[in-house]
Amino acid sequence: MMTAIFPARSLADRLTTLFWRKPKLLLALMLTPPLLWLGVIYLGSLAALLLQSFYSIDEFSGMVVPEFTLKTYAELLRPQNYDIILRTLLMSAAVTLGCAILAFPIAYYAARFAKGRWKAVFYLGIMLPLWSSYLVKVYAWKLILAKEGIITWATDATHTSGILNAILALPVIGGNSLSTSYIGMFAVFTYVWLPYMILPMQAALERVPTSMLEASQDLGATRAQTFRTVILPLAMPGVIAGSIFTFSLTMGDYIIPQIVGNSANFIGMAVYQLQGTAGNIPLAAAFAVIPILIMLVYLALAKRAGAFDAL
Amino acid sequence: MPSIKLLATTALALVTGLTPAFAEMTEVGASEGQLNIVAWAGYIERGETDKAYDWVTKFEADSGCKVSVKTANTSDEMVALMNEGGFDLVTASGDASLRLIAGKRVQPINTALIPSWSKIDPRLQDASWHTVDGVHYGTPYLWGPNVLMYNTEVFKEPPTSWNVVFEKMDLPDGKSNEGRVQAYDGPIHIADAAQYLMFHKPELKITSPYELNEEQYAAALELLRVQRTLVGRYWHDAFIQMDDFKNEGVVASGSWPIQVGLLQSEKLPIASVIPQEGATGWADTSMLHAEAANPNCAYKWMEHTLASNLQSDLSVWFGGNPVVPAACTDGSGMQTAEGCTANGLDDFDKIRFWTTPVANCSQGEGACVPYYRWVSDYIGVIGGR
Repeated sequence: MMTAIFPARSLADRLTTLFWRKPKLLLALMLTPPLLWLGVIYLGSLAALLLQSFYSIDEFSGMVVPEFTLKTYAELLRPQNYDIILRTLLMSAAVTLGCAILAFPIAYYAARFAKGRWKAVFYLGIMLPLWSSYLVKVYAWKLILAKEGIITWATDATHTSGILNAILALPVIGGNSLSTSYIGMFAVFTYVWLPYMILPMQAALERVPTSMLEASQDLGATRAQTFRTVILPLAMPGVIAGSIFTFSLTMGDYIIPQIVGNSANFIGMAVYQLQGTAGNIPLAAAFAVIPILIMLVYLALAKRAGAFDAL
Repeated sequence: MPSIKLLATTALALVTGLTPAFAEMTEVGASEGQLNIVAWAGYIERGETDKAYDWVTKFEADSGCKVSVKTANTSDEMVALMNEGGFDLVTASGDASLRLIAGKRVQPINTALIPSWSKIDPRLQDASWHTVDGVHYGTPYLWGPNVLMYNTEVFKEPPTSWNVVFEKMDLPDGKSNEGRVQAYDGPIHIADAAQYLMFHKPELKITSPYELNEEQYAAALELLRVQRTLVGRYWHDAFIQMDDFKNEGVVASGSWPIQVGLLQSEKLPIASVIPQEGATGWADTSMLHAEAANPNCAYKWMEHTLASNLQSDLSVWFGGNPVVPAACTDGSGMQTAEGCTANGLDDFDKIRFWTTPVANCSQGEGACVPYYRWVSDYIGVIGGR
């Protein structure tokens, strides 16, 4: 009786052959899990959210009525809800601007002047706050900014409490203490999101070729002119990339406005309260759609400004 | 409206594939081994916060039911958690209980299965916030007033009126109350304003702070807008409020007895009072979820809440009053007759218990402002509208 000439082929061997003959099969097998993840879990949850926002709530029992209606979106236009959206937008814009102004000199120095060990120190300094818990940082700020906190103590000790009181006396953004005012909230937001602005800015500034700066000088431009006409336009994509982070992170945050500030609602907080506390998931979903729309517009504008060209 | 409600609940029952249990139980069977309760913070203690306060360990040993607790900060949160499901019991206040009944999230209970039912304060046995058309939807748990907490260094004498948190004025230390008072971050606080007006503006003819017609409601909101200018930050988390009394210079606020007790235990100059206008209050009820997975354990727990050291020790710990009046004096726990008096036992009639405001009230069909408007308008007031 003849025995096999070739050694018996294992399953792995046969699979290898199959994949060699049909390379597309392997590709499909490898791509399916991540695509399923993206499609079902990520886009699926977004679709569920969108669907919920077209439902409404029975106002007494708090049960969701699964019937298609635009009533929930109409509720967003009520003055108190409209206020929440406007308040969040203004805070996000202010925080983004504040971060950009603070981050530029730091990023510029880190990108162009810091060398060797100093560069490492800079990176470490920027990243360090990201390594501690977000909640710890916010609670620490609540204590720093409190009426009986270190800032009040320091201004009392240096006899400058008049300045602090003058700032707090400002209409709208002022308040009883830094920790219950918009100024305080702005400070905490700016602190927490600053690294997300510095890093992309620094990356953009590092890509500005030195030769262009030299050419600008050779052609007789002053330092201010060089900055305005060469450095800033070339670094702009980095600024815009950073602003996407700070803007969207501020818009979605719900913890800082709960701990610091005067209890006025922000979008994130409203979503948190409406879905968790009031059980009004449709209105929470409608609120959650707003930042998505705003970010889509923002990203479209950023794309036109060339923020993604370097990606 | 009823048809929409019916449609909603039917649809939900279909979607989740569950049939709500409408019939009440007829006997308590063997333990399921566990019990999941939604409760206010500090309501269910197992000796972990303070060794002396424990009313769970012994129950677990005797009944074989392992108790898990999910704490909630507001009534709205409790309703939301019960709507999500997965819990057996909830310690619902009067502003949540009727909503839970209307939403069919809780089931009637058979009082015959709770031997100690007869020991409950008769004023609470058939209370309107858990009894609908003669059907009981829960076992009373604890009741108490919403007190005015104040700093004794600023107020040498206890404040006599809630006006310190409602109207711009100078406090006894000569400084304005602006930024030094707080208010509760929940729509039910509108009732506190209405109760204040009941006393100071009799011409509005408010008879119940939970039944407000348009004019009365507008006056209450107007008062709350004044309060907004005085309040730096509203409180909804008991621990953030305590921190604000310590670090933010807050000296007076509506509060719960538990914050007063905890701050006093840290030796801070804090005390509380029920001012002349009276107070709103809470009367909480253990309610059984319509789809409770562990009903036997739940019934055992409800009996336990009435028959053990729980009533007495809980009323000391949380600063409320036992629903079993005997617990004040029978020595089952640490509570004493004086303690109950201090917690407002004799003021039962002065306290207006949290109830969900509904449109059809004693003033007529659709005459009152319903709760959902309280919610959206209070968000508006806090936002400066």
